Amino acid sequence: MSLVETHIEAAPPSGWSEMWRRYRRNRAAVLGLILLVLVLLMAATAGLVEPDDPLRRAGEPLTPPFTSLATPLGTDQLGRDILAGIFHGARTSLLIGITSTVIAISIGILVGAISGYFGGWIDDVLMRITEAFQTIPNFVLLLALVAIMGSSLENMILAIGIVSWTAPARLVRAEFLSLRGREFVEAARNLGVSDAGIIFREILPNALPPVIVFASVIMAISILLESALAFLGLGDPNYASWGNMIGMGRSVLRTDWYCVAIPGIAIIITVLAFSLIGEGLNEAVNPRQKKS
Amino acid sequence: MLSYLLRRILQAVPVVLIIMIGTFLLLKLAPGDTVDALVGDMGGADPQVIARLRAEYGLDQPVWVQLWIYMKKLATFDFGWSFVHEQPVATVLFDRLGNTLLLMVSSLLFAVSIGSLLGMIAARKAYSLTDNIISTLGLLFYATPSFFLGLMMIVLFSVKLGWLPVGGIQTIPSFYTGWAYVWDIARHLIMPTASLSLIYLALYMRLMRTSVLEVAELDYVRTARAKGASEMRIMIHHIARNALLPVITLLGVQFSTILGGSVVIETVFSIPGLGQLAYQAVIQRDMNVLMGLVFLSSLVVIVVNFLIDLLYASLDSRIELS
Repeated sequence: MSLVETHIEAAPPSGWSEMWRRYRRNRAAVLGLILLVLVLLMAATAGLVEPDDPLRRAGEPLTPPFTSLATPLGTDQLGRDILAGIFHGARTSLLIGITSTVIAISIGILVGAISGYFGGWIDDVLMRITEAFQTIPNFVLLLALVAIMGSSLENMILAIGIVSWTAPARLVRAEFLSLRGREFVEAARNLGVSDAGIIFREILPNALPPVIVFASVIMAISILLESALAFLGLGDPNYASWGNMIGMGRSVLRTDWYCVAIPGIAIIITVLAFSLIGEGLNEAVNPRQKKS
Repeated sequence: MLSYLLRRILQAVPVVLIIMIGTFLLLKLAPGDTVDALVGDMGGADPQVIARLRAEYGLDQPVWVQLWIYMKKLATFDFGWSFVHEQPVATVLFDRLGNTLLLMVSSLLFAVSIGSLLGMIAARKAYSLTDNIISTLGLLFYATPSFFLGLMMIVLFSVKLGWLPVGGIQTIPSFYTGWAYVWDIARHLIMPTASLSLIYLALYMRLMRTSVLEVAELDYVRTARAKGASEMRIMIHHIARNALLPVITLLGVQFSTILGGSVVIETVFSIPGLGQLAYQAVIQRDMNVLMGLVFLSSLVVIVVNFLIDLLYASLDSRIELS
């Protein structure tokens, strides 16, 4: 037998391209992707629409939409350009959505991994804490945190992250529970790999896919939480925010309801994009699961 | 049954203790303490008086002693004094608890009943046009912020059509009695209920659809059909009852978020409940009220989940309360 005869099989199609093929077949998921690209474009070109300050006076107060070229979507009661607010608001929403999701998932991974890997009393304590966090109504806790820390953009992101980590923690814990007894983990342990090494290098990569899928759900919820805070006037006043535009528009609701309607539609489109993508990813990752 | 009740109560104890410690920590993190608030209320005081007040409130004690005092107080529903309302916090909270519970119960009933019904219809005609329309609506509902929907409903039903009151929980001054009084409150609840429940309605709809599709394939449903039971009877007696179980589980999980959601909705519709109180407490920096609210609303969630467990067990004959 010579080396030349050794048969080398062609590499199977990579997991990513297979996933993308399955994702593409789902029309709703593709729509979600298109909507997300739209929002990303708005965020990217916000500087072109209004290079200076989206919160400055741009025209006559309460100009209705489609009546002025300078302010195509009209102005609010302070004469601020609604189009500029929508484009800059996309930046704020995405920034808050993405960073607070990263925070929530990081806390969730840490708690879930430690809980699921070590088990025993550590698991008991961490899971009781998780339950306590799930019991406290998240928006009430969010209000308490904002009241204590103040509502700068950074603090809001942190607070949203703090109220959103429990679901990913439970997800990661469940994955760890099912993976920790597998052979590859035993093998690593016998080789003398440290606990931290096993958790982060051996088990975590295998536990991540469902968490990543779930991230889009947290993203959607984070954006809704931020918009609710800003709507109540508890957001950071230095940034354009769709929720804040709706909150401001409330006082002119009877006569100029477009001030509320336009940013509301922007929120719906963005949240819809993330929900559709989440569903598409879920089906692409777990193809055997029936369409629900 | 009794031992089940006892075990469930024991399970809740550590969670309640953690929440007590959590609210204490939050209170400690907040700038200023009770004495600062008190002194501010009095318009200033000399250092001797402040020191005496601190001693009186136990604020000169080590932290763990303070925690112990605080937990003992919480356990007896003593949430301290509200300097804004000039009443004990507990009185302020219990005055408003009823309105919030009314809004929540009506929202959950609406979400579960309409959501399950739509989910059942969608599943019965799976992959048809009806199903697609219902599922698409569900996705839209899920993406709509409750406060936005509330405001748009005000524009349509109060401002343009003049059918429904803009806000409040009843007409003031109210001279209604009996059924007219109930009807008056119901009219005030329509828009808040609809806007608060829409996201949950979408969730229950999806869950019910999946659940019905799963249950409909089980053997006993086929048996019932083979025995010649009518489709209506199969749907109600055999499918719906079992398909409802996951919906009820979700109900428990959602109760906490819907309580949070009522903060925004009560503010939109000026309903004097816990949610509106929470918002005002943040604006007025009334920390005692805010922390009392965190604790009381968590307790409500625990009690409701307990009741839901009982309901679940009574619906699912496979589960015994032992």
